Amino acid sequence: MAYSEKLLDHYENPRNVGTLDKEAPDVGTGLVGAPACGDVMRLQIKVNGEGVIEEARFKTFGCGSAIASSSLVTEWVKGRTVEAALAISNREVAAELELPPVKVHCSVLAEDAIKAAVADWRRKQGGATGAEDAAAPAAPGGADGGPRRP
Amino acid sequence: MKIPIYMDHHATTPVDPRVLEAMLPYFGVEFGNAASKSHVFGWRAEEAVEAARAEVAAIVGATAREIVFTSGATESDNLAVKGVAQFHQGRGRHLVTCQTEHKAVLDSMHALERQGFEVTFLPVGSDGRLDPGALERALRPDTILVSVMAANNETGVLQPVEEIGRITRERGVLFHCDAVQAVGRVPFDVERANVDLASLSAHKLYGPKGVGALYVRRKPRARLIAQMDGGGHERGLRSGTLNVPGIVGFGKACALAAAELPAESARLLALRERLRRGIDAAVDRVTVNGSLEHRLPGNLNVSFAWVEGEALMMAMKDVAVSSGSACTSASLEPSYVLRAMGVPDDLAHSSIRFGLGRFNTEEEVDWVVELLGRKVKKLRDLSPLAEMAREGIDPSSVAWDHR
Repeated sequence: MAYSEKLLDHYENPRNVGTLDKEAPDVGTGLVGAPACGDVMRLQIKVNGEGVIEEARFKTFGCGSAIASSSLVTEWVKGRTVEAALAISNREVAAELELPPVKVHCSVLAEDAIKAAVADWRRKQGGATGAEDAAAPAAPGGADGGPRRP
Repeated sequence: MKIPIYMDHHATTPVDPRVLEAMLPYFGVEFGNAASKSHVFGWRAEEAVEAARAEVAAIVGATAREIVFTSGATESDNLAVKGVAQFHQGRGRHLVTCQTEHKAVLDSMHALERQGFEVTFLPVGSDGRLDPGALERALRPDTILVSVMAANNETGVLQPVEEIGRITRERGVLFHCDAVQAVGRVPFDVERANVDLASLSAHKLYGPKGVGALYVRRKPRARLIAQMDGGGHERGLRSGTLNVPGIVGFGKACALAAAELPAESARLLALRERLRRGIDAAVDRVTVNGSLEHRLPGNLNVSFAWVEGEALMMAMKDVAVSSGSACTSASLEPSYVLRAMGVPDDLAHSSIRFGLGRFNTEEEVDWVVELLGRKVKKLRDLSPLAEMAREGIDPSSVAWDHR
């Protein structure tokens, strides 16, 4: 299977790898996937007073496409408002990295990770809207209840 | 040292240059059809085929008349399993096999189930081995065939074929053994193991692709129904013009493998242990999947905790290996072989299969160990599971979303 240049670049030089303080009130953490499924993605966002994502970090257990998808979304969410971040769809991720069909689920996971991170941040703001099932490190899961695997 | 390095000898092996040399005339001047009885072109092709047949027979301790050439081991497995079932269905309709068999056996069994046969799929232990006692208990008066492989293609685990053969012979049940991975790598003898049918493949022992054989015992005779109808080649068991160059190459490959087996298996075992110890020294939290004691000398199947197998293969793109990870399969299920052994799914996703072979060197092994050490560290720095483990969070305590 031949991978795209962009995918290989994100895989070999992943952006924004790391950890933010998950206890901080301005940090939202999304942990999605499961070790038994072969993918776990953790996306963290740090949101400022204007609702703009200033920092993003990720760590991923998964194949090269999963690592590249999470690296890509950390770049994409930075500088966006949380609403704009929520508008990122798995299709855009899959198209950008030219994911082959068997890897589309990696982009779905990346979309879920954004939703879970935003939901966690919103819950901390106390203004939870539909964030009751938000992902936190101790209780991961997609916030939208959408299908994890295509 | 040449890059990329090939360490996937369970998938296939390169054709040995000596094998290629033996084959070449049969693509050229010696083009005759081995079934042409009326002229010298046919006679010479037939002579070459019969010489190869004797060489293939010799490597498994059989006689030449017991070897049926096929297009490969998948065909041999299909012919054995379906052919025996169809011949003996009047006597019984129950077959016994093992959950870690090759798909060519498992799917042939599933095809028979759809035709009303009953199949018992025996489990294996955490070491990957079948319990002969469990096999004996699974036999019934209507059992007609037991099919158990000699060596597993993923883990290299050797099954107790001699004990199984003792049981099946005593109980009057035919024993088919998929010996593809074992022949040429470890001693395999149809008499010692009381095997009635055995599948062989040329390209797993430095021969060409597209040619294999089925050993069919003559005394006592293993009877089966052909799956390919036509000109009645191969004593009526496999019609179709013989692949003369392929068969010649198969014969040469068997002769070389048989002559070199004692020295080569010792060399490969030493190389495999160098790889295993090297990995153990370079990386922590590595587990070997399957029995080390009962295993092909060139096989190492290991799981690297917290690192996904396909990501690791991408990181080692100059090394050809394979993984039990599901990430490239449409099913998204990890290796059924590792699952049957009770390997947790996360570790199955983290598995890498090394298959060392005739042309691998110590230098290559050392290079791979060094690379692996660096890449596993890099991927663990990326892994949330490694971070959780360092913080003392047990991943099994987390309510993962398994959708």
